[in-house]
Amino acid sequence: MTMRRRNFLWGSAAVLGGGALGLGGAQVLSSVGSLAAESGDPDGVFPNIVLTSHESRNYRFYDDLIRGKKVIFNFFYSGCGDICPLSTQRLVEVQEMLHGRVGRDLHMYSVTLQPELDTPAVMRGYMETYGVQPGWLFLHASREDIELLRRKMGFVDPDPELDADLESHIGVVKFGNDEIGRWGACPSFADPEEILASILTIDPSPAARS
Amino acid sequence: MLLRNVGNEKQQERARLNRMEIIDAKLSRRDLIRYGLLAAGGMLVAKSGLSIRASGAATLVSPRTTPWAEPLPIPQPLQPNTSFDLSKLSAGLNGDSSEAPRASHQLWDYYKPRKFYEIEEKQRTWSFHKDLPTQPIWNFQGDSDDSAHYAEPTLHARYGEPIVVRNKNNLPANHKGYGIPDTSTHLHNAHNASESDGNPSDYYGSGYYKDFHYCNKLANDDPNEALGFLWFHDHRLDYTAQNVYRGLVGTYILYDELDCNDETNVNGFRLPSGEYDVPLVFGDKVFNSNGIAYYDLFALDGIIGDKQTVNGKIQPFFDVKKRRYRLRLLNTGPSRFLSFKFSNNMPFWQISNDGNLLPKPIKRTSINLTVAERVDIIVDFNSATGSDVFLMNVLEHIDGTGPTGKILNPGTPLLKFNLGPTAADGSINPDQIDKLRGLPVMDTVINKTRTWIFNRQNGAWSVNGQLFNRNIVNAKCKLGTAEIWNFENGGGGWSHPIHMHYEEFRILSRNGVAVKPGDVEYARKDVIWLHPGEKVKVYVKFRDFTGKYPLHCHNVVHEDHAMMARYDIVDGPAS
Repeated sequence: MTMRRRNFLWGSAAVLGGGALGLGGAQVLSSVGSLAAESGDPDGVFPNIVLTSHESRNYRFYDDLIRGKKVIFNFFYSGCGDICPLSTQRLVEVQEMLHGRVGRDLHMYSVTLQPELDTPAVMRGYMETYGVQPGWLFLHASREDIELLRRKMGFVDPDPELDADLESHIGVVKFGNDEIGRWGACPSFADPEEILASILTIDPSPAARS
Repeated sequence: MLLRNVGNEKQQERARLNRMEIIDAKLSRRDLIRYGLLAAGGMLVAKSGLSIRASGAATLVSPRTTPWAEPLPIPQPLQPNTSFDLSKLSAGLNGDSSEAPRASHQLWDYYKPRKFYEIEEKQRTWSFHKDLPTQPIWNFQGDSDDSAHYAEPTLHARYGEPIVVRNKNNLPANHKGYGIPDTSTHLHNAHNASESDGNPSDYYGSGYYKDFHYCNKLANDDPNEALGFLWFHDHRLDYTAQNVYRGLVGTYILYDELDCNDETNVNGFRLPSGEYDVPLVFGDKVFNSNGIAYYDLFALDGIIGDKQTVNGKIQPFFDVKKRRYRLRLLNTGPSRFLSFKFSNNMPFWQISNDGNLLPKPIKRTSINLTVAERVDIIVDFNSATGSDVFLMNVLEHIDGTGPTGKILNPGTPLLKFNLGPTAADGSINPDQIDKLRGLPVMDTVINKTRTWIFNRQNGAWSVNGQLFNRNIVNAKCKLGTAEIWNFENGGGGWSHPIHMHYEEFRILSRNGVAVKPGDVEYARKDVIWLHPGEKVKVYVKFRDFTGKYPLHCHNVVHEDHAMMARYDIVDGPAS
């Protein structure tokens, strides 16, 4: 693709994004408003946006969800037919394999890419459908905040056409330990035992011997 | 509002149906991974306007550094521990509580070690440039004061001289920041048994050591199988890119009686030797505003920096004499592809591909080097005029997708050669070399043909639609047999440097066009620059050892996100 074509697509994607925000965002997000990113962590990687959970509780991304914690997160949307069903299924299996650690010393977050549709009630239904156990937060925020978060967390495709297409969204689970600054990622549709092995690398002292 | 609720119900209903579909189909895990089966869900959500990429790290610009301010560090060969009692070593474990587990060394009784080396992976300090602060890196070797030697050790090994390298992991167990203090050191291109290969899943933690048995054995005992320029690096599953970026890189040079490190030996190839045989280890980095090497932990496509290091220094100078040099070029990535030429456009001779000597030298003026590839070149500085000449990278490479293909003019100077006085030269003019290393004869019987398709899968990376699972054997290859492997780029405009461990291969064709004698790829290779949309056919034979080995993309960011498969060499039928 030529640069000219890329620039054109980038421009149109931005226009579409603004349009979508105008249509659906206001009512859902009236309680929290849309916040410009405030730097959360010292490196400025994690935007301190406000997210609302499936229980309608508000959290600041860095201060409440990341700071000093071991976390696992991905992006989803409940209407996704291509990527999320298998990913969520896998992560539910991983949650089981973590034997109650989720919500205690490991925190799982799934952030919707369709905040207008994935209201707390819809997210609760989604969780029920998939058998998500307690301790795993499903979250939404304003479209533009989610967009910022998505970019900062690297859930992007360098091809703007693909990047603008929800159907081809990034199917990766990110895991990290903010206290020691260790972050990795793996495909969210990998075999659960491989996802688990990857996630466990965020424990400060991984298995001493393989 | 009403419309939205209807939408919600539909969405939710579909989510439910999706779930039911998975359960009803009772599909195996591997079937489920195949995307196509899950894509039959009818109309999906209309394309929406998730907007442009503006990742924070992509905009990071390194602080300015003054070019040509410091000399090129020359890696020095590691010396063996001669006081170590070799009889204490055995095929099995040493029975020591700090030894990492491994399988028993294969062929131990035939290749008992004659030398014992020790390396220690540790955090040490290094200065990439005098304008940047001295900073902690991880590497294999240092001075007594724990300042690092970058891209060291260089191990000088010889055929017929098996060695054991004891690799102690003393990386900081309480480390903070990118990188993980586990390790599995892979000797890239070596004909080593699986237990000494440095398999990505054979990592061990800080405080433990492992003995690697390097037989320095010719594959099939064929002198035409001799290897030359190898390198080693950490290969810890999921963290290879981070650990290599921290500095866990070294080189390994194998000699034999022909490639003998003595340019005056009339029985040898008479290639420039000693101080005139120099490894040039290239790395790609970006530094934050404090001048500390920065690793973007949130990149899935690749890490592209704006400062290239040569043997760990940014734009160093090298005082050379006016004579021939053998320069061994290695691209350690993590993701940048390179294309070299000299600023005066002078020709040079390529004498190897992936470190293996070619049938004869090939004269050229530019050379491509994808991640993990090596080439040895002979440069005659006596042919250069003026006081200096620069080694340039001329390939534009902007993101993890791969190089754009644009050749930059003039490009980026990476290394400055200050031309000194003429010096005696015992090496031979490469134009007069009729024959270097012949190519081994290929089997006519092919036991199996396989196809490996490398693809992007929603931000992660797959091989044949599957994501790496250390316990799934994707191919079983019968010991002593040859196979044809087709490497295919799954598309999307991505370039991938594809590497298989252990056995080298011969490229037979690219997109159906045969590689012919005289071509630089008419050679033994272990890395393929797989261009967008390309299909490459190779011949490979499995010899000497059994066990597990990986096959992966050497854009190590792709590799860490599952672009890897496992093949096992078995003493049984292929499957």
